[in-house]
Amino acid sequence: MQIKGYARPNGDYGIRNHLLIIPTVICSNQVSNRIMQMVPDTVAIPHQHGCSQIGADKERTFETLAGTGKNPNVGAVLIVSLGCEVVDPYELAREIGKTGKRVEVIDIQECGGSIKAIQRGAELAREMRRELDAMQPEPIPAGILRIGVKCGGSDATSGIASNPALGVASDLLIAEGGTVVISETTEIIGAEHVLARRCASPEVADQLYRFVERFEREVARMGADMRGGNPSPGNIAGGLSTIEEKSLGCISKCGTAPIVGAFEYAAPIPGKGLYFMDSPGNDIECVSGMAASGVHLVCFTTGRGTPTGAPVVPVIKITGNKLTYERMTDNMDVDVSGILDGVLSMEEAGRLIWNEILETASGKLTKAEILGHTEFSINRIGPSL
Amino acid sequence: MAKSIEAGADALVVDAQDHVATALKDLKAGSRIRYRRGTEIEQLALLQDIPFGHKVAIRAIEAGEEVRKYGEVIGRATAHIRPGEHVHVHNIEGIRGRGDQAAEGGSHDAN
Repeated sequence: MQIKGYARPNGDYGIRNHLLIIPTVICSNQVSNRIMQMVPDTVAIPHQHGCSQIGADKERTFETLAGTGKNPNVGAVLIVSLGCEVVDPYELAREIGKTGKRVEVIDIQECGGSIKAIQRGAELAREMRRELDAMQPEPIPAGILRIGVKCGGSDATSGIASNPALGVASDLLIAEGGTVVISETTEIIGAEHVLARRCASPEVADQLYRFVERFEREVARMGADMRGGNPSPGNIAGGLSTIEEKSLGCISKCGTAPIVGAFEYAAPIPGKGLYFMDSPGNDIECVSGMAASGVHLVCFTTGRGTPTGAPVVPVIKITGNKLTYERMTDNMDVDVSGILDGVLSMEEAGRLIWNEILETASGKLTKAEILGHTEFSINRIGPSL
Repeated sequence: MAKSIEAGADALVVDAQDHVATALKDLKAGSRIRYRRGTEIEQLALLQDIPFGHKVAIRAIEAGEEVRKYGEVIGRATAHIRPGEHVHVHNIEGIRGRGDQAAEGGSHDAN
């Protein structure tokens, strides 16, 4: 099974060839956006953070930005700094530069304001874009692929159709020697014992339980019932009654392979096979964390329908709800609702998703990519100062 | 998980241990539905409307009893539920993620 990839200097392959513009801090968002507008085929990741942060919270922001830059779908990076923020732009450039890709830094204070910084940034971006456009993708084995599996805007069809179908596709990728990352700690609450039985070692199972306990402590600290926040009002309208029910429907999306490891939000994926990444269920924070961990693409099941995309990774939208597919065809890539009508077997539905993965990994644009959905969000674990 | 779902079934029971079936279409109170459970098709009279994707009890559930779907516990009944009744947030509650109970001094149930 072959796909098409761009060779990176560190031996990895990307299925896209993005020029990424990273603001180190919210203060450089506008300059970053202006550069993106001036130079076609660039993508910026404006965000709210990068300053007034300390400790593990600061590290998490840094790791998410660095990981997004290191993602193999990114060919080159332009970092836009204000000049006085907490996230050190040169440290960020050094970290991303370990992959061997070109990284440039501009500093708004040093450039002498927004207009001069936009000009300098656009000049650099144009030059880097030219270099990337000279590259050609080459045939590579599908087994190099690392995919994230995610569900969002779930309804009852997610648990009985789209998630188990995605599980079939996950198993097909693992059989090719590939890598699958499942996440959403919130949404394994009530189902962690099922996943723990599938962990390759007691240490991995312990880590999984630790992630869940940490999350549940945070909910207890808020003094509230999760229900209403997760399951969300839309989940409840769709027939999901409790977090346990939602979780049990969620976990089938990662198939049946053993879980070989569990790692922190946005940390690099440690190896091949099926992994768990700690993350909230929040769609954008989760997908952003997966992209920062190094996945090439994300398969995203939805019952209610959601437009979510991501800046550097294609997001394939899969639904088992026929009405949603028909109403939101703008956003949906794969329809597996035939499972519920008895006209599509789970195996056939999994193959449909697998084919979409192979085509997307060979250059076919997802609907989220065509529509320019590049939502990006960084998980916070501390207060702003 | 069934490999495929028979065309024409109104609802699906995911696991043989489950108390509930999931509606595969909007179902009306008073109607007699056909639901799939493993390889069997069984019938049930509905006491209430069950919207698409929502759950219907396929057997009586006592107040306080743990409710199963996917063969696992999805919550606890807060009232007696009769076969054919709608099972949702009005008559079952989550056991996990209950910060509200922790705030009231309730014990943390790790099941």
